[in-house]
Amino acid sequence: MADTHSVIGTKNKKGQTYTDTWKMMNEAPRTPSFFTGSEVIKEAVRRASCDVMIAYPITPQSEAAALIGELFAEGYIGDYFRGESEFAVMSQCAGAAFGGARVFTTTAGPGTMRAMENFPMWAGARLPIQMIVTCRGINSPLSIQPDTLEIAYLLNTGMLVWHAETAQDFFDWILKGYMVSEEPDVHLPLALCCDGFFVTHTKDVVNLTPADMCLPPYDPYRSPVPCMDMECPPVRMMRDPFVMKSNYISYATHASWQQEIWAAIERSRKHSIHWLNGLIDAENTDADIVIVASGTAVSQGREAIRLLEDEGVRCGLIKVKTLRPWPEEEIREATKNAKHIFVPEFNVTGWLAKEIRATIPNHQRVHAGPHVCGGMTMPPEIIVQEIKTALGMKSFSLAGRGS
Amino acid sequence: MSKERIKISEDLYDIMPSDYQDLVKSATYGKEDRGWKDIGNSKELIEQHSLCAGCPESMAFRYILASLPNPEDTVMVGSTGCTSLVFPMVAVHNIHSLFGNQNAIASGLKRALSVRFPDRVKDVVVLAGDGATVDIGLDMTLQAWFRQEKFTTICFDNELYANTGGQESGLMQKGFVAKMAPVGKLFDKVRLPEIARESGCHYVVNCTVSKPSLVEKVIRNAVHIAREIGPTYLQLYTPCILEIGKNSMEGLQEMRDSEKPTERFAYKEYISEPAKQLLAEMAAKDKERKAAAKQLAGQA
Repeated sequence: MADTHSVIGTKNKKGQTYTDTWKMMNEAPRTPSFFTGSEVIKEAVRRASCDVMIAYPITPQSEAAALIGELFAEGYIGDYFRGESEFAVMSQCAGAAFGGARVFTTTAGPGTMRAMENFPMWAGARLPIQMIVTCRGINSPLSIQPDTLEIAYLLNTGMLVWHAETAQDFFDWILKGYMVSEEPDVHLPLALCCDGFFVTHTKDVVNLTPADMCLPPYDPYRSPVPCMDMECPPVRMMRDPFVMKSNYISYATHASWQQEIWAAIERSRKHSIHWLNGLIDAENTDADIVIVASGTAVSQGREAIRLLEDEGVRCGLIKVKTLRPWPEEEIREATKNAKHIFVPEFNVTGWLAKEIRATIPNHQRVHAGPHVCGGMTMPPEIIVQEIKTALGMKSFSLAGRGS
Repeated sequence: MSKERIKISEDLYDIMPSDYQDLVKSATYGKEDRGWKDIGNSKELIEQHSLCAGCPESMAFRYILASLPNPEDTVMVGSTGCTSLVFPMVAVHNIHSLFGNQNAIASGLKRALSVRFPDRVKDVVVLAGDGATVDIGLDMTLQAWFRQEKFTTICFDNELYANTGGQESGLMQKGFVAKMAPVGKLFDKVRLPEIARESGCHYVVNCTVSKPSLVEKVIRNAVHIAREIGPTYLQLYTPCILEIGKNSMEGLQEMRDSEKPTERFAYKEYISEPAKQLLAEMAAKDKERKAAAKQLAGQA
């Protein structure tokens, strides 16, 4: 059973010191490094004390998945292999997590969709697997370009869903993510999303924690459900499996189990606030105009705000960090002064705008857009134009937009 | 897990369910040479079942659970179907997650247990129906074998989708008229045992569960070979008496009829060279142990 003594301060077989995560993330010295997003994923996993990583090639996450293979070859990960499809990989991740391992995997776009049946199962089985989602197009005709539509499908799986803006977010949140999702009162999988290519394939300066420090190992005996390793008594779970019963107790059991998953997402709030310093970042929200965004749309929004400032238009910014738990109270509070709320997104349906409209009073304030999709970039100028057009300000038409 | 682990605190003993008390008192965790003969003399690792009266699958479950060489450190993986109605009654950790992904679950599970318990034996046994193994899950069944994952795959072959009401499956016989095969199945029963051999399984057996002693033998062989060498596959005929129009008392006869030398469940086995060597070593050790016991009995 679980060790009762702390492993903090002891070394793993690679000579890394198991370190209190708060100290490691907030107090240890950081080294600025110039890396691609994929390399940053590798560096985070190096420090994450992962037991099992399972890989499958799909653009744009293939490089990260392969780099983690190098970590395995170097001895940083207990086991690593290439599965046969995303559906199989996510089931293999489940098997490893059922067996008490800290599990890491990565996927993207059509892979996320192919694996989808697994995600409510992960949440229902309370498996704290971490999955990186490097978003890309999912529709036909085939596209490998950035597009965040797949996140919309993850929102109701019962997983925690976070949306990173930068490689720095990625590095920190991979490590902090385990701390939140492995809490006994949470114990849910985490989909840590980013916009493919924009984050994975660009280089950025990222401040890394020391390579000789790593997370404390996962303790599967803190799970709210038994670990399937025959180290605790195999109790009979139920007299008759509920699946074959059509009666009130059966329905009530299933209902309460689902409610408990969503209650666990709610309980993750306090841990997420603690580790991420809030579920949103808000700047200048006393302005009449506020941009609310997640992922790299936040960066583009920030640039647009700079351009607007040059023209004397003041604009606030809300960066949504966690989509599940959904920062309902925070967004209500931060948008209370806004007369116009703009939600730039890298997808065709505008799922973030819909979530925000469902959250705030006077939702006609929400301008869903601009939207780009299918791999289009989002120049800050189109955000500026969207805002100026809505405000009735004169704006120069942008080439190719037919306006 | 040792038998110590399932002990009940004295203060709580009287409020524990009687089937749990029985497990503590007389189950065969840790017993060397456990097998089908323990049935009736000890607490079985299956508590009731919710299958149809006379279902051969229930016999198969009882023989298999009595024969696992190491149930105290065995985790079983199931899939959706009639088997998933039984697993909640089984006193061995077991996982049901989705339909058809059982060999993928088992691959991750076995590897996690190997990482976490490098110096201990933790067996993984998959038990799923033919729809899960051969149709929806075939990719994952085969890929686990290609990768030489070290666990046993057991397929309860009832030649159709029983739990959903008798639809055509890949292991159904050609010509059989069933739901979704309204003019009779148009292609042959999939030859998974041969495919298993070609896919890298080290021990493959195709048989019925009419003889408990035979089930005991093949289960022990399959688990030991999977533990030491690589993947093993057992295809066991467990007819769905309901869907083939038999009565509760006729399951056994159906299996006996189907295992005649010219029939599709005539006993067939394949053993790889390394597996043969392992079985020979196990037999030699067994002989030695029995001789020693006999000598000890003689001295007494």
